[in-house]
Formats: sequence, C-alpha cells, structure tokens
Amino acid sequence: MALDRAAVAHIAALARIRLAETELAPLADELSQIIDWFEQLSELDTSTVEPMASVAAAGLPMRDDRVSDGNCREAILGNAPRVAPAAAERGFFAVPKVVE
Amino acid sequence: MSDSLTQLTLAEARDGLARKVFSARELALAHIAAVEAVRPLNAFITETPERALAMAAAADDRLAHGQARPLDGVPIAVKDLFCTKGVLTTAASHILDGFRPPYESTVTEKLWQAGAVMLGKTNLDEFGMGSSNMTSHYGPVENPWRRQPGGRAGDNRPLVPGGSSGGSAAAVAARAALAATGTDTGGSIRQPASFCGIVGLKPSYGRCSRWGVIAYASSLDQPGPMTRTVRDAAILLQSMAGHDPKDSTSAPLPVPNYEAALSGDIRGLRIGLPHEYRAPGMPGEIEAVWQQGAEWLRRAGAEPVEISLPHTRYALPAYYIIAPAEASSNLARYDGVRFGLRVEGDNLDEMYELTRAAGFGAEVRRRVLIGTYVLSAGYYDAYYLKAQRVRALIAQDFAAAFTQVDCLLAPTAPSSAFAIGETGDDPVAMYLNDLFTVPASLAGLPAISVPAGRSGDGLPLGLQIIGRPFDEAGVLRAAGVLEDAAQFRDLPGFVAAGRRIRDRDDSHHLRQAGS
Repeated sequence: MALDRAAVAHIAALARIRLAETELAPLADELSQIIDWFEQLSELDTSTVEPMASVAAAGLPMRDDRVSDGNCREAILGNAPRVAPAAAERGFFAVPKVVE
Repeated sequence: MSDSLTQLTLAEARDGLARKVFSARELALAHIAAVEAVRPLNAFITETPERALAMAAAADDRLAHGQARPLDGVPIAVKDLFCTKGVLTTAASHILDGFRPPYESTVTEKLWQAGAVMLGKTNLDEFGMGSSNMTSHYGPVENPWRRQPGGRAGDNRPLVPGGSSGGSAAAVAARAALAATGTDTGGSIRQPASFCGIVGLKPSYGRCSRWGVIAYASSLDQPGPMTRTVRDAAILLQSMAGHDPKDSTSAPLPVPNYEAALSGDIRGLRIGLPHEYRAPGMPGEIEAVWQQGAEWLRRAGAEPVEISLPHTRYALPAYYIIAPAEASSNLARYDGVRFGLRVEGDNLDEMYELTRAAGFGAEVRRRVLIGTYVLSAGYYDAYYLKAQRVRALIAQDFAAAFTQVDCLLAPTAPSSAFAIGETGDDPVAMYLNDLFTVPASLAGLPAISVPAGRSGDGLPLGLQIIGRPFDEAGVLRAAGVLEDAAQFRDLPGFVAAGRRIRDRDDSHHLRQAGS
C-alpha cells in the first residue's frame, strides 16, 4: 500500500483539509489504490522526453505595464464572508488574529 | 405552438425569429415553461426567467429595428462553472455558497453580446470533477433517457447523464434549452453528450477563453458548445470562440466561418481509426457503431485508415496525475476569506482546514489530496514530471498520426449511460469512463461527439471525431456527414412539456419556413 494513515494526515495538513481520525484509514485505502494504478507509467522509458506542461505556444504574451482595472473595492468585498467589523468603512477582509 | 418551439433546432429558431414567425419573447416563454417542466431531472441549479425575458425583450427590439445579432433571441443554458455577473455561481460546490461574481466570463459575455438569452445555470459534477454528475453538492442529475423495457430485464432505473456537464446535456436533450455551454477537461462535454444523445464539441485548447470559467485543471480546461445538431454547434462556437487578452493561453488566431464549413464534402479525406481504442471488455455494440461510422464516412468518399496511437493506455493515469495536481493548486483559493463558505476556527490555519473540510465533497477532496501528494517533495519527479513526459508522448502520437490522416474516428465513451451506483464506489472504475476522451484533452485537440446509434437497450451512443489543432472547421464538416448518415432523430422518454412532440406538422412548417 502506497500510503499509510500518517502519510494521509500529512498530505491533508499540506492541503489544509481537516480530517477526522476515522477518515484516515479508508482514505489511505482509496488513495493507495489510485496511486498503485499510476505505477503502470513506470513501464515507459521517458528519460529522453521533455515534460509537457501545456499545449499552448511557449512564451507568455507581454502587455504594457498600465493599470487596466481597479476602483472596485465594494465589488471585491461584496462576497466576503466577514469584513472587519470595527473598520468596515476602511474595507478589509477579516481573518482570525495571526500575530500576538 | 409553444411545445413545438422547444423542438426547434437553434438554426431553425434563429431563422424563424429573423422571419418573424414568432418573437423572442414567445420563444423565451416556451423555454421558461420547459425549464420548469424538467425540474424532476435536477438539470438546473439556478433558473433565471426574469433575466431571460429582459434579454428576449432587448432581442425583439433589435429584431424589429433590423439590427439582429447572430444569436438574437436564442434561449440557452449555462454550465454553472461560468461566472455570470450578479447571478449565483456555484461550481456545484458547497464551498462557493452564495457567490455572486462581480464580473462576467468572456465566453458568456460574448454570447450575450451576440443576443443569446440566458435561461439559467446548469448542474455539474463539483468543480467539473466527475463523469456522472453524481458529485454535485446540489444532487445528481437524471438522464432524460431510460433503458427500453425488454433490454436488461425490467431495468428502468434512472440513469446518469454523464459528466461533468451533465445538467447542460440533460437540459438540451430534454428540450429545455436550444443549446448550452459546457466545459471539457478530460471529456466533460463529449461523454455527457454521448450519454444524452446530443452533440458536444470540445474546441482546441486556446480556442475559447477560459477567463471567468472557474478553474479545475488550467492546462486542460476548455469551454465549448452542447447542442442538438452539428450546425447548431457551429453556430454557437462562432460566438464563443476568439482571442481574449485576459486569458494568456487564448490563441491569437482568426476564427473561420464554422457554419460555412459544413459543406458535406469529405471526398478524399483520410480518417484514422486508432486500433488501441479497441479496449478490452468494450461492448460489442460500441465496436459495431464505430465500424458503422467508418463505413458511413467511406460511402461519403472518405478513406478510413487503420492507425496506431501507441501510448493510449497511459493517457488515463497521466491525466489523473496532471489534472488533480493542477486542481490542488487552483483550489487553494477556497480559504473562507474572500468568498463562499467560512467555518470559523481559533486560528487562521484551523479556519482554512475546517472551511475546506466542510466545503469540498468526497471526490474533490480525493483529487486535492492526490494532487498535493504528487506535487509534494520526494514524489514530484516520480509522478508529476513523469506524467508530463507521458503527456508529451501522447501528443507526439497524435502529431505522427496527423502526418497520415486528416482526422480520427473513435467511440466517445466505453459504455452507454449507467445507473447511479451501478459502477460501484471504485474511483478508478469511474475514471475509465474517460478512456477515449482524455487523450485528445492531453494533446489539446478539437474533438466532437455526435449521436450515432443506440445500444441494445435503446440508449444513445456517440462517436467522436478528433482533429488537428484549431481545425474545428474540419471536425465539424466530418461530424456533419456522420450526423446526416446516422439520422439520429429519436427523442428521449422525458422531454419538456412531459410528452413527446405532438404537433409535428407545425414543427415541419417552421422547418420549411426557416430553410
């Protein structure tokens, strides 16, 4: 089996998804089954093949460094689950305190 | 009259509007009623009847003043993965609860500029991740088709519409919308089109802008049309396609006239039949429809040629590494801060973790975890880079094939529509649905599914034409010939207004009026 419970807990922490203790074993089974299925790729010798990230033509298009949008704070904050209560007029997203 | 209005093709509706046989308002009202009538299918997450009527009124005004636009008054449905300004946009995920985008996606903006009328937002697999529409937070969609009695003995269970664009496919098949938008990452337009007996076109990667389409796997995602005819797909694509500076992967290429490409003339065209697509365990009836399709194209003057795409069987595992890797990165933005669901925690990390645990469904969580794993230190080379190298081999297979042939013919899916629960809970078994659609996605090629026949128990079966990069015109031309030969005219058991077409003469009259 590719993944044990500790490995699943580690991945879930990296992905910022809280898992209950009881979810670890079934997920370890499921994910291991999928990862085992990936192993067939090792049959292919790809040592001389360049990785392909995209089919789009290489190189990103350039544009002038000019402001093309903006002044839409209300629209941006409009979907926020919480806006800073004491400073709502200043227009901030509110998050739990991160500095003591 | 209003029943028959929902039976028109998009082209017939457009022509009827131009000739003032009916108004955009009449057409909108008939379709609003049809959207209500198909509620048992759960094809729509949000209905927008008021917006439809307002847009129809504007279209009628332009039509009356001789200022008609290409899609003026044509009622369509929009997959709920396209951001629509001020209209709830969910990606069928709990984590986007209440999200009303302050902007409009480029593709839908182009459609509204062309005069199309929005009926509502259609159901899908959560974030586009699924092949059955069963992963939606808003519940599964039911396919308007059922197996015929006498097939699998007495089996009349509800069937899935395919996915992820299952709501769009069901709405178009059930005559609730003249057409719909879909998005295709590994088959999400083509497989539901095949399951529901409609036409679905995935354009070349870069042909339609991804701006404002909620991202799943950005190197693969591509919007496209879902319609009842090949001509309708050509018409809708015309207004969806084109370069967009807001999408850096959008192709700066001119858009040809797709409807004009439907000449029906495929004489001398070389059609590749990839022999690796004869999958072990594939039902004989799918092989038979495929052979029939090759014969139809041959009779029309094309030359079927056996070809090889040697790395085909590695496409699925490569895809199921690459797509979840990109998804795990794209879905990092759902953190409870700027939009959607938020579950409070004692600190920032706890808030992130609780929000994402509550907001993502099982399949999305699975893919985010897989994606995180294959991108993590120590596994990146073994899985992610390896899959990208295999992707290059698959693209090379197609490039080599296109030195011998002009396009490819293959089945769209390895089965007809299945019942909920019929395939079991095995995620890998579900991934096998994408066997024939994923290779063209990895290579970024245009591919269309056309209804070509029916299974032994009466369900639609699609065939796929895959073309060279940006040759949507050639793909549509060959698909049109296939469609003419297949003469797939059957209606599903469940259609809007709750009954099959009643007033054939009226519809026939309109068809003549429009021709």
